[in-house]
Amino acid sequence: MRIVVCVKHVPDIQSDRTLDASGRVVRDGGDGTLNELDENALEAALALAEAAGGEVVALTVGPDDAVDAVRKGLQMGADEAVHVLDDAIAGSDAIGTARVLAAAINHVGAQAPVDLVVTGMAGLDGLTSLLPSALAALLDLPALPLAAEVTVEGTTVRVRRNLDHASEVLEAALPALVSVTDQANEPRYPNFKGIMAARKKPVTTLTLADLGLSGSEVGTAGARTEVLEAAARPARENRVLVNDQGDAGTQLAAYLVANQLA
Amino acid sequence: MTDSLVLLDHSADGTLRTPVRELVTLARGLGGAIHGVWAQDGAELDAATIADLGALGVTQVHRVSADADLHLSAVLAEAVASLLDATGAGLVLATSAFENKEAAARLAVLTGAGVVTDADGLVVEDGRLVASKTVFAGTWNTRCAITAPLAIVTLKANSVAVTPADEQVTPSVVDHAVTVSASARRVSLVERTERPASGRPDLGSAHVVVVGGRGTEGDFTLVEELADVLGGAVGATRVATDEGWIGHDAQIGQTGVTISPRLYIGVGVSGAVHHRGGMQASGTIVAVNSDPDAPIFEIADYGIVGDLNDVLPQLTAELRRLRA
Repeated sequence: MRIVVCVKHVPDIQSDRTLDASGRVVRDGGDGTLNELDENALEAALALAEAAGGEVVALTVGPDDAVDAVRKGLQMGADEAVHVLDDAIAGSDAIGTARVLAAAINHVGAQAPVDLVVTGMAGLDGLTSLLPSALAALLDLPALPLAAEVTVEGTTVRVRRNLDHASEVLEAALPALVSVTDQANEPRYPNFKGIMAARKKPVTTLTLADLGLSGSEVGTAGARTEVLEAAARPARENRVLVNDQGDAGTQLAAYLVANQLA
Repeated sequence: MTDSLVLLDHSADGTLRTPVRELVTLARGLGGAIHGVWAQDGAELDAATIADLGALGVTQVHRVSADADLHLSAVLAEAVASLLDATGAGLVLATSAFENKEAAARLAVLTGAGVVTDADGLVVEDGRLVASKTVFAGTWNTRCAITAPLAIVTLKANSVAVTPADEQVTPSVVDHAVTVSASARRVSLVERTERPASGRPDLGSAHVVVVGGRGTEGDFTLVEELADVLGGAVGATRVATDEGWIGHDAQIGQTGVTISPRLYIGVGVSGAVHHRGGMQASGTIVAVNSDPDAPIFEIADYGIVGDLNDVLPQLTAELRRLRA
């Protein structure tokens, strides 16, 4: 089984994340890391490839530092990595990013067919959750998003997922796309052997031209949304912090009533 | 003037999901016709619901049936695309449920629409639709114009105060049958189990949410009593759900349920970054924790350093007394 895992380099959620004047995520603050939810995607892909035999290609799109995301994938056990790097990609919305990923997956698939595409459930930077379904639509693959559990038997992939009001079991024939949640597994840590082995694994860098994409389809030019304003929320005012002296519950009740919250 | 298509999410027994009323109220502000989309997925659209929608200003309800299961996002996306053709609407409005975001992504690829998810407002400015939303776990405000001719916006619950329309209308009901593509049929829905209603408000759209964390040590009794006196929902942290103290569907966080109620009360909740990502946009944040260094106090409007076993019973009793 040949699996492509899409991973993203994002600002660490523990860091001070900022948007620039044009509303883009500042990605060069040095606080970047592999999107945590993509570790679950990598783990799912590696486990499936180990069970069925096969290989895992880690794929990312992003500026120079983004290569760290696929390197982490290689350290965890992926066999090869692809990094799509092109200045014209900056400013892409989720659909634009999906276009680049779709073209890159078709490029990887031209070498040998891809059976399964795995992504995380969302990027912790934008959190739109749009990418998996958009990517499946662009690749014309059946989508099985938000897997809390994923199994492959023969050429059938089955997913159990938990939605806001229901749980579902979805099934489709391969090739297909699956997105996995943080409930799906416990991602492995790269060990010393994995880190050493990763140094020898191939990382291919591709441009939009290599993928046959024009700059007008992606980046700011291809985006269908435009950020007009972005500002850090002002800090909350009139905050109260009390040490319970035996009457804090009563005081809080009065506060809630006074503020028409109860 | 933008005509809108509003997805009328409903439960298996045909009850409208609470945030749908917010969608219709929001659509009214855009000045165009409001088309409701009722997916014929087994639940009946009854007369009371039609009247309810009319009072909110829905002009027409489209009962959509398809030759495949409309719970599947690929099927829903094609059904909505077909209704866009039929109505000429320029905007699709939906709740931010996961299924709707999946359908929104597919619809954007099908139609070239611009999408904003988890918006908390939508207005027309210079002839363009402009959505507002918070990002980075509620720490930044952004405003975003949709530059494509067609817009898809999913709205975060508790963003709009629901009001009835000035003029009540009786919406016409139109049946619309859709034949979906072979490609939309490739996923099969083997099983779907809807969670039974808990008797408390729905967590994602409740006005008040009381959340229990590690500090409860597994006993949610006080949390539930407080939630009930406030008419609120009960949520939990990842620790509490991982420990099995409460179901995973109660987990608040950026990968669980994202909430922005008018009032959030964290009980024995430390406020780890993943949890904050799912609740930081709440109106008023109250925290009760015995650890004065708990990070939740950094974002709380009202923090109490104290033992929840002392504070909560007193709070609940006092609220009952004040109500009496």
